[in-house]
Amino acid sequence: MSILVNENSRVLVQGFTGREATFHAGQCIAYGTNIVGGVVPGRGGQKHLDRPVFDTVAAAVKETGADTSVIFVPPAFAADAVMEAADAGLAVVVCITEGIPTRDMIRAWQFLRGRETRLIGPNCPGIISPGKCKIGIMPAHIHKPGGVGVVSRSGTLTYEAVHQLTKLGIGQSTCIGIGGDPIIGTTFVDALRLFNEDPETSAIVMIGEIGGTAEETAAAYVAAHVKKPVVGFIAGQTAPPGRRMGHAGAIISGGSGKAADKIAAMRAAGITVCDTPAEIGEKVQARLAGS
Amino acid sequence: MKIHEYQAKALLAAYGVPVPRGEAAFSVEEAEAVARRLGGSVVVKAQIHAGGRGKGGGVKVARDAAEAAELARKMLGMTLRTHQTGPEGRVVQRLLVEETLPIERELYLGIVLDRAQGKPVFMASAAGGMDIEEVAAKTPELILKESIEPGLGLQPFQARKLAYGIGLAGETAGAAVKLMLGLARAYEGLDASLAEINPLVVAGDGRVIALDAKINLDDNALFRHKDLVELRDRNEEDPLEVEASGFDLNYIKLDGTVACMVNGAGLAMATMDIIKHFGGSPANFLDVGGGAKAEQIRNAFHILLSDRNVRAVLINIFGGILRCDTLATGVVAAARELNVQAPIVVRMEGTNVELGRKILLESGLNFTLADGMKDAAEKVVRLAQ
Repeated sequence: MSILVNENSRVLVQGFTGREATFHAGQCIAYGTNIVGGVVPGRGGQKHLDRPVFDTVAAAVKETGADTSVIFVPPAFAADAVMEAADAGLAVVVCITEGIPTRDMIRAWQFLRGRETRLIGPNCPGIISPGKCKIGIMPAHIHKPGGVGVVSRSGTLTYEAVHQLTKLGIGQSTCIGIGGDPIIGTTFVDALRLFNEDPETSAIVMIGEIGGTAEETAAAYVAAHVKKPVVGFIAGQTAPPGRRMGHAGAIISGGSGKAADKIAAMRAAGITVCDTPAEIGEKVQARLAGS
Repeated sequence: MKIHEYQAKALLAAYGVPVPRGEAAFSVEEAEAVARRLGGSVVVKAQIHAGGRGKGGGVKVARDAAEAAELARKMLGMTLRTHQTGPEGRVVQRLLVEETLPIERELYLGIVLDRAQGKPVFMASAAGGMDIEEVAAKTPELILKESIEPGLGLQPFQARKLAYGIGLAGETAGAAVKLMLGLARAYEGLDASLAEINPLVVAGDGRVIALDAKINLDDNALFRHKDLVELRDRNEEDPLEVEASGFDLNYIKLDGTVACMVNGAGLAMATMDIIKHFGGSPANFLDVGGGAKAEQIRNAFHILLSDRNVRAVLINIFGGILRCDTLATGVVAAARELNVQAPIVVRMEGTNVELGRKILLESGLNFTLADGMKDAAEKVVRLAQ
């Protein structure tokens, strides 16, 4: 099995006709993802990548029966796109866009409260259930169907971890990039809960980084609820305080958000925390073997 | 983006937050003229993007304009070191000259984003004028908090709870409420990521005034604040970082000897970490972006090699969709064009890896190929010794 997305997901692309969206939607289609159409205001009625384009998400849902969307619209309009997708009742919305103003995301986040929609991202590579469905910008070929769930705040560092797993012959159930921004839809705890409940996920990889306290919260959740082996890594052990390390959310501020605190909390919760990113695969292998 | 105290105060004043009378000065003459206009004793404050200025000798009181000129002469051009500047310090190029105030109490006000709640939180404390991080760590009960509802903003009753909670009363409490509402509107209106008044002072006559002010702006929102972009002071940034930002490169200079060029922020941080783990020291953080295009690689090389401490370079690119032969061709062209002498360790993943390796090996340049991050880190640390 897998979580959140699978071969039955019916996916819309918001900002469908843009350059990045066109390229990545094409890659998703090639992987077998059921992209049922796209949304671009003002381009309703046209065809793109042999699929219908709609002016609004609501119209697209009505015509295609879509339940999922992926957002590639520019930062200034992305929060609005998230809210439009939620208003149309989509179950899963994946926002790839990087650089959305925090104030906009705060509003979108509030808009999502009390609604059924699950937002993944923003500023994330997306989500893939290997062999079934890829919704995002991750390279498909490094993945392999299997039983390890991967959740991460980073993009390429996730690819690194997945690549190591696949080289060791260890497949993945679902890999979720939750995003590098301070305000995100799906948290570590959300993903851990879903992986914990998924019968075919046998181990979990959790990749965090400096900034905020989401990893500490996740560690407390693991200690209380998760019985499956969890292997973790925290990026930014050498990052200077007060500096934003690429991701908007990756900053040590006011004495909080330090890598050392996160690692300590995770270890105390029984999570196997890797000293270097190079050993994520082998640590998972060891935990799966029962050591 | 960080801005100066005098800029923050001007922005806050426009939102109805009372600040001391004062003006910025860029020269001794200007400082003297401002002091004369203000009359009486004045405070001369060095303007750098770092806290702890008072302890470092960057905040001094002058009895009159002549003394203010004397202080300005000493401060302008001096290197100010505080716990936030690091040992290299910052050269003072701007001053703020302000009236002095009779101070009865020092309080703290601040707004930051509460990530877990998904909304800003307004904090107030009677323990003003101190390092608030220390207060939070040792006596968290001294910090009162109110969540700001998105779209609605801070409500007057919340500001009253805070004002009375930190021990204010009467007209002073009323003035503080008005000030807090203004601060909250400023945070929202300016797209700030931090707004802080420390200390907020109660003057002898009961007025509340922002004696110091700090505002950080959300970089992602600057596109809708053209006026705020003007407030950027490039003198406060590392020259290499300024140059890198012109190329749209995410670069942060560190003090080590191993330069790194990586695609993606998380992988870039992890690369720094693994260099350190194997006994080296990273010279920088550099994210060339997901695509790692040839032009960006050339720009990145240029920035990395301008750092005189660099003894070896590690290129760690997880291309995925990116073709490694294209990447290798770009790396070779850039290294040749810029006549790179330092040893370069290349670790890359993606399609056409073998072809990419062949291009690097046959280039005749000083490349070392690595298989995986551990191998790459070990090799580059050895080469940097």
